[in-house]
Amino acid sequence: MTVKSNYVTIKGIKDGLVFLLDDQCDITELLSELRYKLEHSHQNILTGPIIHVDVKLGSRLVTEDEKQLIVDVLKQKGNLLIRSVESLSSEEDSSKDQISTIIGMVRSGQVLHHEGNLLFLGDVNPGGTIICTGDIYVLGSLRGMAHAGVDGNEGAIIAASYFSPTQLRIADIISRPPDEWETRESGMEYAYLLDGVMQIDKITNIVRLGRDFKVFKGV
Amino acid sequence: MGEAIVITSGKGGVGKTTTSANIGTALALQGKKVCLVDTDIGLRNLDVVMGLENRIIYDLVDVTDGRCRLNQALVKDKRFDELYMLPAAQTKDKNAVTPEQMKDIILELKKDFEYVIIDCPAGIEQGFKNAIAGADQAIVVTTPENAAVRDADRIVGLLESSHIQSPKLIVNRIRANMVRSGDMLDIDDILQVLNIDLIGIVPDDELVIRAANLGEPTVMNPDSKAAMAYRNIARRILGDTVPLMLLDQKKSVLTRMKKFFGMS
Repeated sequence: MTVKSNYVTIKGIKDGLVFLLDDQCDITELLSELRYKLEHSHQNILTGPIIHVDVKLGSRLVTEDEKQLIVDVLKQKGNLLIRSVESLSSEEDSSKDQISTIIGMVRSGQVLHHEGNLLFLGDVNPGGTIICTGDIYVLGSLRGMAHAGVDGNEGAIIAASYFSPTQLRIADIISRPPDEWETRESGMEYAYLLDGVMQIDKITNIVRLGRDFKVFKGV
Repeated sequence: MGEAIVITSGKGGVGKTTTSANIGTALALQGKKVCLVDTDIGLRNLDVVMGLENRIIYDLVDVTDGRCRLNQALVKDKRFDELYMLPAAQTKDKNAVTPEQMKDIILELKKDFEYVIIDCPAGIEQGFKNAIAGADQAIVVTTPENAAVRDADRIVGLLESSHIQSPKLIVNRIRANMVRSGDMLDIDDILQVLNIDLIGIVPDDELVIRAANLGEPTVMNPDSKAAMAYRNIARRILGDTVPLMLLDQKKSVLTRMKKFFGMS
């Protein structure tokens, strides 16, 4: 068997190897090439001491079973220690469209971490913190700190029924109420970034944000 | 089997010890068998407030270290036969006792007493963990200040994540005139943040300070507004429905009474 194409790229990083797997080809072809590379062409670098391995699947949509198949192939080599299997598509899909609901109360000193978008039913008290990779919507009073888009997503927003936070953060931008925002009645509002500056607006104006919201226009 | 109630606040100086002493005494006034437990090891002062300092022979740490039996360490109150106190040690620190030991002591006390009132130290460290270990219920004391409410919120969070469900709230040292002028947080502001059941409000009263210095719980004083508030709290603990005395209304009742007496 000869290698027809390069579906599998193996890269060395400081503390291990990264397997970049093509995300367009058929999964069976991918598996057979992976097997071939492990058993024949790259035998020399894949034997010896234990090596950490990160698998990157690109934007391929994989089921848990398929993921397991890939892992099984790699596991046949005793010295490959699989550290992570990443797939861009699955992560983005879950964070982009879906919104998870959490109910409760974030009290002083408590921190709520969340991956993706969050709808929080309850209050965030002064001294309490919500940290989220996506948007934060609080159905309740936001009196504490909220950090949206913590991984650097500058498009994330923070909205609350009663908008009175001690501090807001979106991506790397930090803002606090009195001196940076114009004074206004605390009501249902949201915060977003415009050219790297935090802006506050009424929730009804959220449509102007120009994001890919599903907009209801009526008939 | 009795009930153990911990009085806690997070912040220091909001009136935990005063509240413990007064609620304990008020329950004893109602004819209940009560034991007060001071868990503030190293900084004990429940005994001072109760005026029992000179009667202490053994303390909490003596019990856990096995130097005496539990009932040898209990100090009987000078006013009530059914009121006892277990003093904390003054020479050790909070780490001298473990939560398990506290749990055993409280369990032992609950066999003999109808109510065990545990006075918790300030802070959220070992002393706090010891104090809540044996408690069935918690009362959080706060004053109408942002700092105290912030700490109370932290404590409520910690209590809710422990075995204690739905702590109750006492707002201490309210000054009706300052609330009216908007200089002090009012009850609604505090309740909105903390979102727990209110079991009582205690007005600021100079008689409380005087009584504490005399070693006499305020509850004994029939003229004190705070005393009435503490007696009401005790009745609520016993399951009575006592309406909250609204400070403004109370003021008007008082002035009406004054007017009445002035006329007669």
